[in-house]
Amino acid sequence: MNKKTLLALTLAAPLAHAAEEPHTHPPQSMQGDEHAAHQHMGHGKPAQQDASAPAAANLRHAPNEPDHVMDHEVLLTKVTIDQLEAREHDGGALEGSVWFGGDKHKAWFKTEVEQEEGEIEKAELQALYSRAIAPYWDLQMGVRHDFELESDSRNWGVLALNGLAPYFFEVDTSLFVGEEGDTALRVEAEYELLFTQQWILSPEIEMNFFGQNTPEFHTGSGLSDIEAGLRLRYEFTPQFAPYIGVNYEKKFGNTADFVRDEGESTSETTWVIGLHAWF
Amino acid sequence: MNRSREPQIALPALSRRRFVTGVAAGAALLGMPARASSASPRANPTPQTLRGNQFDLHVNYQPVNFTGRERTAVATNGSVPGPILRWKEGETVTLNVTNHLAHDTSIHWHGIILPTGMDGVPGLSFNGIRPGETFTYQFAVNQSGTYWYHSHSDFQEQQGHYGSIVIDPAEPDPVACDRDYVVMLSDWSDESPHDIYAKLKKEGHYYNRRRRTAGDLWSEIRQKGVAQTWQDRKMWNEMRMSDRDISDVTGYTYTYLMNGQTPDGNWMAQFKRGEKVRLRFINGSAMSIFDIRIPGLKMTVVASDGQNIEPVTVDEFRIGVAETYDVVVEPVDDRAYTLFAQTIDRSGYARGTLTPHPELRAEVPAMDYAPVLTHRDMGMDHSGHNMGGMSGMDHSGHDMGNMGDMDHSGHDMGNMGGMDHSGHDMGSKGGMDHSGHDMGSMSGMDHSQHAGMQSGSAGQYSLHGGRPELGGMQGVWFTDGLGRAGHGSNSPIVHLPSEYRYGVDMRAEMPGNGLNDPGIGLRDHDTRYGRRVLTYADIRNLTPTLDKREPTRELQLHLTGNMHRYMWSMDGIKFNDAEPLMLKYGERIRITLVNDTMMTHPIHLHGMWSELETGDSEYIPRKHTILVQPGSKISYLVTADAYGRWAYHCHLLYHMPGMFREVRVV
Repeated sequence: MNKKTLLALTLAAPLAHAAEEPHTHPPQSMQGDEHAAHQHMGHGKPAQQDASAPAAANLRHAPNEPDHVMDHEVLLTKVTIDQLEAREHDGGALEGSVWFGGDKHKAWFKTEVEQEEGEIEKAELQALYSRAIAPYWDLQMGVRHDFELESDSRNWGVLALNGLAPYFFEVDTSLFVGEEGDTALRVEAEYELLFTQQWILSPEIEMNFFGQNTPEFHTGSGLSDIEAGLRLRYEFTPQFAPYIGVNYEKKFGNTADFVRDEGESTSETTWVIGLHAWF
Repeated sequence: MNRSREPQIALPALSRRRFVTGVAAGAALLGMPARASSASPRANPTPQTLRGNQFDLHVNYQPVNFTGRERTAVATNGSVPGPILRWKEGETVTLNVTNHLAHDTSIHWHGIILPTGMDGVPGLSFNGIRPGETFTYQFAVNQSGTYWYHSHSDFQEQQGHYGSIVIDPAEPDPVACDRDYVVMLSDWSDESPHDIYAKLKKEGHYYNRRRRTAGDLWSEIRQKGVAQTWQDRKMWNEMRMSDRDISDVTGYTYTYLMNGQTPDGNWMAQFKRGEKVRLRFINGSAMSIFDIRIPGLKMTVVASDGQNIEPVTVDEFRIGVAETYDVVVEPVDDRAYTLFAQTIDRSGYARGTLTPHPELRAEVPAMDYAPVLTHRDMGMDHSGHNMGGMSGMDHSGHDMGNMGDMDHSGHDMGNMGGMDHSGHDMGSKGGMDHSGHDMGSMSGMDHSQHAGMQSGSAGQYSLHGGRPELGGMQGVWFTDGLGRAGHGSNSPIVHLPSEYRYGVDMRAEMPGNGLNDPGIGLRDHDTRYGRRVLTYADIRNLTPTLDKREPTRELQLHLTGNMHRYMWSMDGIKFNDAEPLMLKYGERIRITLVNDTMMTHPIHLHGMWSELETGDSEYIPRKHTILVQPGSKISYLVTADAYGRWAYHCHLLYHMPGMFREVRVV
């Protein structure tokens, strides 16, 4: 089967379905149901199919889309790639999210992957249920899994507050509780400064705190590390924007001590180049 | 593609940018058997006109090319817009509508007073027209004037499924003219409407290409100093809103059409010097509000929403989505004139030419400055622009500290189930005025009010629908202390608890009067350009008010939304969750709309007239679509003289899924 046939079949399948059986709702009486307005009413008469050739030709242009604008809540999927970037010294990072759902309830997935000197240093995935609780805020609950590369992986429970703070700061605050009762807090904030409609400078900061010392994971209690970035992107479209920037990381307190013991530096500044996109 | 004649557009505080002015060749001409012979781009500049009382309409897919890229439109009888239907008052028309689409379709006869089953709203008045099916509409035409029709299914209206209706009066027309043209305005996007809607849901400001930049800030600081700039920006920053959010969907994706012609396509109408020309402007857009003028000509507005009005001469007027205005112009010179319809946000325009000779053209004017929203548009007390004045406004964007106080999700709505607002004398409750309250006290207030309302629930009106879980809280009904018919509402502004949820991002605490306000972006046109701009207060019906009764009830309904989440609703409740608004057959009620958003919403009631209260009870104008200014309120009377189920909604297509109610007359 060549590509064209496949495409034709893919297109034809929903059409055929739509033409033959556009609705699965059974006919309903108009009266009696107090809330009938909220449902699609179905159809009293069977369709008289017009199978003439012009009609069929006309259907070639048919989009595969729903029928009524007023009676459905749309469920959407948004994939956001906040950062997909290469960093100096053979480093790289991916930060992104996917959500699926409606206005109030959503399923969220967040991921962060970081690579240093060609090796993946950190990889985590969060799966969350997200619920709109205020005009600008979503409350999120779920689990986080860390793929640890040199030691065991770990799981956390997550409680997060995600939204837009006054003065247009995008804020994501997450509280993590580990299996052994260990705790961690992460605060992320991001801002967008428009030079023009297309040139956008985006400063952001991430802070991590821990409730205890965990030497095997190189994290110490209190403020553990700060990552600050400054990225200048150019939006070819609002959905597609390459950027350049600079990323700064610094470790503090006990975390810094653990890192120093390993003979590594506690702060690092790197140039980055990457892509910001969503769809 | 003809781009050579594209005008230079200078917009203050906006980098020069090109928006799509389209291709010159008439669109919707490709692949149409009826017009396959059109060689010249303007061979058929207007859609065909169908006359009589029997019509066969075919809804079909149609390849079109408005921008240089071929797309598929949903057309009527092979054209976008569909044919102009000319009816005669007093006759019964029969319209056989055949659906050649792969999906359901429908036609709603906008502004036509008819039995509910003929109204064409799937799910409310009929079942929709299935693929391959023919539905026959038949009804008596008991009115005259300019109207239009469009699909009420899915987003087909955005895809081209609309056309105009002209009804000749049974009696001689009071408006004499030598020529008569329909001027149908609309917006076209090469993107699918579902993509547009999804983008708005994911990023509400997607199509706003006028967002505040650092450069703006710099010039603002140079103008006003740091302190004043900080003060001015503070409210917007705290509310997380943009004062440049005028239109949801803009010229960034839209090409604006006049009778199906792009600006480059330049639709033309001819006249001879000294003739009276009647132009029937119809806004058949999905999302675009237009400001219309004809540089060099005064326009005498003779009809609004199909109804004759006392002639008013103006230089400019705003036409909301779904409104119609008929104007008469009398060009005395042998020159061409540009019909210029710029969008409310000045991100583009539709344009055509009124000319004595087809070769003559007039200059296309530059668009006016693009407006920014002010505190007034937030329904705030604009007597003082300082912070004191702002306490009167409710910032629903809670910051994190007091979010707990504001979260009403914990309310037991069941307790309020028995509550019925219809009978309350709200007027006598001084405690209803929220204007002085700050956020901290807000949640406490609501509770105390409900207690008050519950205890005072004598003389109830029991027409409210039966969804106790919603507490009968959709719309507040007043029966006492009503203002006189024609003079508008006296009732206090009441924000219901349902307005304090995640779906509502602001509430106008001191809404302005939407009657005398020409609207955002037009307010200073008189002083700035010397143009007289039409306001609703100028409109007076040509014939006396038919139903002179006083209203017996008043419904206060709030237009609400959350721009950030791109959610729209009434009273904070989306259509999906709403119960019908019940009216008693024969009653005369007042509807007061309070716009708790910073968008201008055209609100359309099906099946009955919306009689706008302009202060003159003798000559109340009858409209089918009312523009509600941001942060403002406006009142109109409705005689519930049509049994059945009727749609009542914002006519901005992407607001419709939420900002929609069923009105049921029983």
